[in-house]
Amino acid sequence: MSVEKTVNPKLVVRDLNFYYGAERALKDINLTIPEKMVTAFIGPSGCGKSTMLRTFNRMYQLYPKQKATGEVLLDGENILDKKQDLNTLRAKIGMVFQKPTPFPMSIYDNIAFGAKLYENLSRHDMDERVEWALRKAALWTEAKDKLKQSGTGLSGGQQQRLCIARAIAVKPQILLLDEPTSALDPISTAHIEKLIDELKEEFTIIIVTHNMQQAARVSDYTAYMYLGDLIEFGDTRTVFTNPKRKETEDYITGRFG
Amino acid sequence: MLTLYTRRRLINALCLGISALAMLFGLIWLGWILWTLLANGLPQLSTAVLTQMTPPPNSTGGLLNAIAGSLMMTFLAALIGTPIGILAGTYLAEFGQRGWLAPTTRFINDVLLSAPSIVIGLFIYEMYVIKIGHFSGWAGALALSILVIPIVIRTTENMLRLVPNTLREAAAALGAPQWKVINLVTLRAARAGIITGVLLAVARISGETAPLLFTSLNNQFWNSDMNEPMANLPVVIFQFAMSPYHDWQSLAWAGALLITFSVLSLNIMARVLFRQKSTTY
Repeated sequence: MSVEKTVNPKLVVRDLNFYYGAERALKDINLTIPEKMVTAFIGPSGCGKSTMLRTFNRMYQLYPKQKATGEVLLDGENILDKKQDLNTLRAKIGMVFQKPTPFPMSIYDNIAFGAKLYENLSRHDMDERVEWALRKAALWTEAKDKLKQSGTGLSGGQQQRLCIARAIAVKPQILLLDEPTSALDPISTAHIEKLIDELKEEFTIIIVTHNMQQAARVSDYTAYMYLGDLIEFGDTRTVFTNPKRKETEDYITGRFG
Repeated sequence: MLTLYTRRRLINALCLGISALAMLFGLIWLGWILWTLLANGLPQLSTAVLTQMTPPPNSTGGLLNAIAGSLMMTFLAALIGTPIGILAGTYLAEFGQRGWLAPTTRFINDVLLSAPSIVIGLFIYEMYVIKIGHFSGWAGALALSILVIPIVIRTTENMLRLVPNTLREAAAALGAPQWKVINLVTLRAARAGIITGVLLAVARISGETAPLLFTSLNNQFWNSDMNEPMANLPVVIFQFAMSPYHDWQSLAWAGALLITFSVLSLNIMARVLFRQKSTTY
């Protein structure tokens, strides 16, 4: 937050509604997510913050009964449009999940997996890409001697950084992080928070977190959600020190209930 | 009046005792079977068993043609049944959420899974043996493959369902199309379980007698032509054990020993393989 960056909109959400069957989980959401900054979604369980994240890469479409209406504009193009190809969208918008999800293959192949899908890299270029991604994810020094070993053999914190490396190896424009540290110990969490700070130089980052201190530490913008409504959205310092809405203040100060 | 805690401990001890007895009851029969087999079969084992053909009554010989026939037909049945089973199981697990086709297939497969094997033998007899006009190794392999398919379908589907959805989501989130997600991630994650299923299916068919009686029948001589009637261990054991000739009966014991221990080792192999994989994942 030291250097002021110019704020360009990256993702514009307009009148977004989301349904799990008949249940409405997001209600008329409107907001603009700025480019190359960290935007955090906070709120109690079931408020719709993860659902929101899953509309941005249309992950919900794996499940037949879920649907979204409204618009989500990525650089001006509506990604909820039927014509939008899901796989190219997901190559542009990467995602890291709550639990580490290493694939049952070597560390190298884990990272090459996504990069191989949309680029035809030579052996040498792929080696470089893997190293680049591992360095970005602060895993290179720990993993460089065991690239051929299984990714499932790493510790939890390392696995999660492997998943981040795998996501950025595709060179997406946006990185969605769904509670990326909730399964990790404080040291691994600190690693990943530092990482988020570095990654925002190149990627637009959207993070969902249960941990308000984490949102305050890592994000530039914060959205507070409750029961499917977007209660407040603004720059993090304002939301945390001088919230406009009483509900936000109650949640942030722990007087929620 | 007993305290609640003491009563609980007593009930626990009682149930544990009953469970142990039930286990013992099951194990006794298994131990007895293995013991009888070893006692009767082991003395009959010799190099002749593995090198000579099935003899006419009252002369010496071996089981080579039957062993070879069993191996050939079992191998072929696994070769036919495994790909079909894995493909169908993958369909059920990965695409079977919507529509009527998957639930129907699953139901039919369950019926097939518990169908008496003699019915399957009769089916192949009607559909193939009669049309061709003679018994053959092909017919035997075909009947056995129909036994393999439902087992492999079931285990493949179950093993794929054990793969957490988060893994599928993670692969899809990288922009992988569904066929790549399945091929490179979910099938790979379930590989050990699926191989276990195939091994168990092979173990199951290697002892089947009924489907072979109507299909490959038997052959007293060496035969590597799948289009001819083919000798196989189960039918030879059946025929020899029922005969009044002492030499034949001895060979039946030897054959029973061979079959039982190969099935046992297949089962153990399947378990070891599955356990090794489960600990790393």
